Amino acid sequence: MTARGLSYVRAALRTGLGGRLQVKACAPASCRRKSSHTVRNADTTFWSRATSASRRHPSLTSLLWSPPPQNRLCSVWTHQMIPPPAQYGGRHTVTLIPGDGIGPELLNHVRELFRFCCVPVDFEVVNVDSSAASEDDINNAIMAIRRNGVALKGNLETNHNLPPSYKSRNNLLRTTLDLYANVMHCKSLPGVPSRHHDVDIVIIRENTEGEYTSLEHENVPGVVECLKIITRSKSLRIADYAFRTAREKGRRRVTAVHKANIMKLADGLFLECCREVAGGFPEIAFDSMIVDNTTMQLVSRPQQFDVMVMPNLYGNVVSNICAALVGGPGLVPGANYGRDYAVFETLHTQDLGGQGSTSEVVHFIMEAIQRTGPLTVRV
Amino acid sequence: MAVHCATLSVAKLFKPFRAGFVGRTLKLCGTTVTSHRNKSTLTGEHIPPPAKYGGRHTVTLIPGDGIGPELFSHVREVFRFSCVPVDFEVVQVNSALETEDDINNAITAIRRNGVALKGNIETKHTMPPSVKSRNNLLRTNLDLYANVMHCQSLPGVQTRHKNIDITIIRENTEGEYSSLEHESVSGVVESLKIITRNNSLRIAEYAFRLAREKGRRRVTAVHKANIMKLGDGLFLQCCKEVASGYPDITFDSMIVDNTTMQLVSKPQQFDVMVMPNLYGNVVSNVCAGLVGGPGLVPGANYGRDYAVFETATRNTGKSIANRNIANPTALLLASCMMLDHLKLYDYATLIRNAVLTTMNETRLHTADIGGQGTTSEVVQSIMRLIQSKGQHTAEM
Repeated sequence: MTARGLSYVRAALRTGLGGRLQVKACAPASCRRKSSHTVRNADTTFWSRATSASRRHPSLTSLLWSPPPQNRLCSVWTHQMIPPPAQYGGRHTVTLIPGDGIGPELLNHVRELFRFCCVPVDFEVVNVDSSAASEDDINNAIMAIRRNGVALKGNLETNHNLPPSYKSRNNLLRTTLDLYANVMHCKSLPGVPSRHHDVDIVIIRENTEGEYTSLEHENVPGVVECLKIITRSKSLRIADYAFRTAREKGRRRVTAVHKANIMKLADGLFLECCREVAGGFPEIAFDSMIVDNTTMQLVSRPQQFDVMVMPNLYGNVVSNICAALVGGPGLVPGANYGRDYAVFETLHTQDLGGQGSTSEVVHFIMEAIQRTGPLTVRV
Repeated sequence: MAVHCATLSVAKLFKPFRAGFVGRTLKLCGTTVTSHRNKSTLTGEHIPPPAKYGGRHTVTLIPGDGIGPELFSHVREVFRFSCVPVDFEVVQVNSALETEDDINNAITAIRRNGVALKGNIETKHTMPPSVKSRNNLLRTNLDLYANVMHCQSLPGVQTRHKNIDITIIRENTEGEYSSLEHESVSGVVESLKIITRNNSLRIAEYAFRLAREKGRRRVTAVHKANIMKLGDGLFLQCCKEVASGYPDITFDSMIVDNTTMQLVSKPQQFDVMVMPNLYGNVVSNVCAGLVGGPGLVPGANYGRDYAVFETATRNTGKSIANRNIANPTALLLASCMMLDHLKLYDYATLIRNAVLTTMNETRLHTADIGGQGTTSEVVQSIMRLIQSKGQHTAEM
């Protein structure tokens, strides 16, 4: 934890956990926006969460970033989530959603590994039945995540054969908790055989809007209209997140992926927002690339990419391509960050082509930890 | 001639009602109007318009931007050298203008000739949103509903994946490319993706017919129906309906993110793929990248009445324009596809074999596939090979 983070923790402990931290707009000057960028209440749900204290600050930065509710602390500088204070005897509670398919088995291994390393984390398991038509299960899960602040999640299957009123559970979770940034870091591992080497790409994908709004209708029989929504506020938010992450990780270049030659207004707006934010980060190079060219370049020369930011659907495709480039979906973790919550997950897994079984790999990891790490329980 | 054109253009208004007519004879205003575009309804194949001027076909040529003009001059050179009975009607389209006169001229020319060879026309992002993509306008006005791309690994080209043989059929007129966007509330843009039952059935039907003609075993539909349940759900449903009429061909479906992942790890599993517009764009670019790059793969846009041939990935190649390093393979193979469409099979095989021999045996490659050759060297080599076959040729 940084010194600044520690000072926040101390301040919180002094004022008491119920106290509200009054945070001034102390973000770096380069992040401050001119007040001409007043944001209309186009999506009021986001803005309604801003507290009255932040409304007194006209700059966009403070509007984008309002003081967190009660016991959620945020480091202003890095905008990293300081997890909620461990409330029960120094142990954190994390929501665990096993999901379908491989999820339950692998998450059991994770729990075993945590138990073995004496990690002070307790899991609150919430089972979500993806075949049930009611949304009670997923609402319970959302409530549990609201309570704990952090979650570990397996993939919840969305069966196409169910009626269209049945929304994707993963999507519901992301939009309800406003987990706006999906971050995936694809890095070539030396021990994994793959056709491409030295791949090191961070993909930041907008997670809540775009093509995944589930807004569709059939006004005329046989003609379906799907709406893809791009908003200025969310595009600015994700671009800001991308550039800040790039700066924190010392990255040199951010590439925006779009299709603005065809979707001029929608992806044009996204691109414009990225350009505006790029103006505030002069040390980071910004360029843009159309999604078809991007996918072709990824397949031939992926080493040219550094950080990529893009709307929802392109993010889906590009992240899957990058996962396959470094060896498959079983290797790459993904994180969904919101203002208040963080959910960690992965893509669904497939075989790497080796001879070991899952439990053998986990056993090996535990032995390695035992050899090199601190106190552990017995294997 | 003018009256003929006028009645034909009026007849176009009645298009929906003429779907079942063979030979398209229509009684209109007491006269019988017969379109000279005959269509065999059994196979849906187009019998090209009869060569009208002394046995020579006329084909519209739209050079486009970037590497287009340079490469098309090479194509014309090869055609002239091989004595191909095709005349080109060149129509320039200026992408910097805001008016649509240029592209309308091009569309009229294609309507007249029936077949076209086209380079990519650049769509500048800096122009106002009212300026529509010229390529898109062309495809929608001519109703070129199927974009077909055949990706095949070439033995002479060094790639990470081998033995790829995928045919991609992409819906070309609707989907995300409808250019219907609006900003009802400032800061919130809605972009409409349209999927219709008719177009989906049509493209699925085309895909299965093509698979059957080429003896393919499997058709895969690529979609995102877990999120876009109504839209891609309708597309998938149409594909399933059509699949039931082709019991000899296996049909399966795959979500687009999984598809791209499988393409990058194990592309040999795919045979024929059919999909809506945007996924088709992404998947065709991935496949082009897998077989060696945008300079190698030709693409064709087929409609009911017209056919337009171009490169599969539709790049303008501005950065390599006029430097004699562009790869002419894609456009030459596209022109061979055009010759096949015009039923000039001998010429098509002649030029195609010469191109493939240069690529695989002589291994004269341009810079994009790792060689040192220039465009003109490659074209010279192709022409020498054509000459060595003993056919009647003009002088070089």
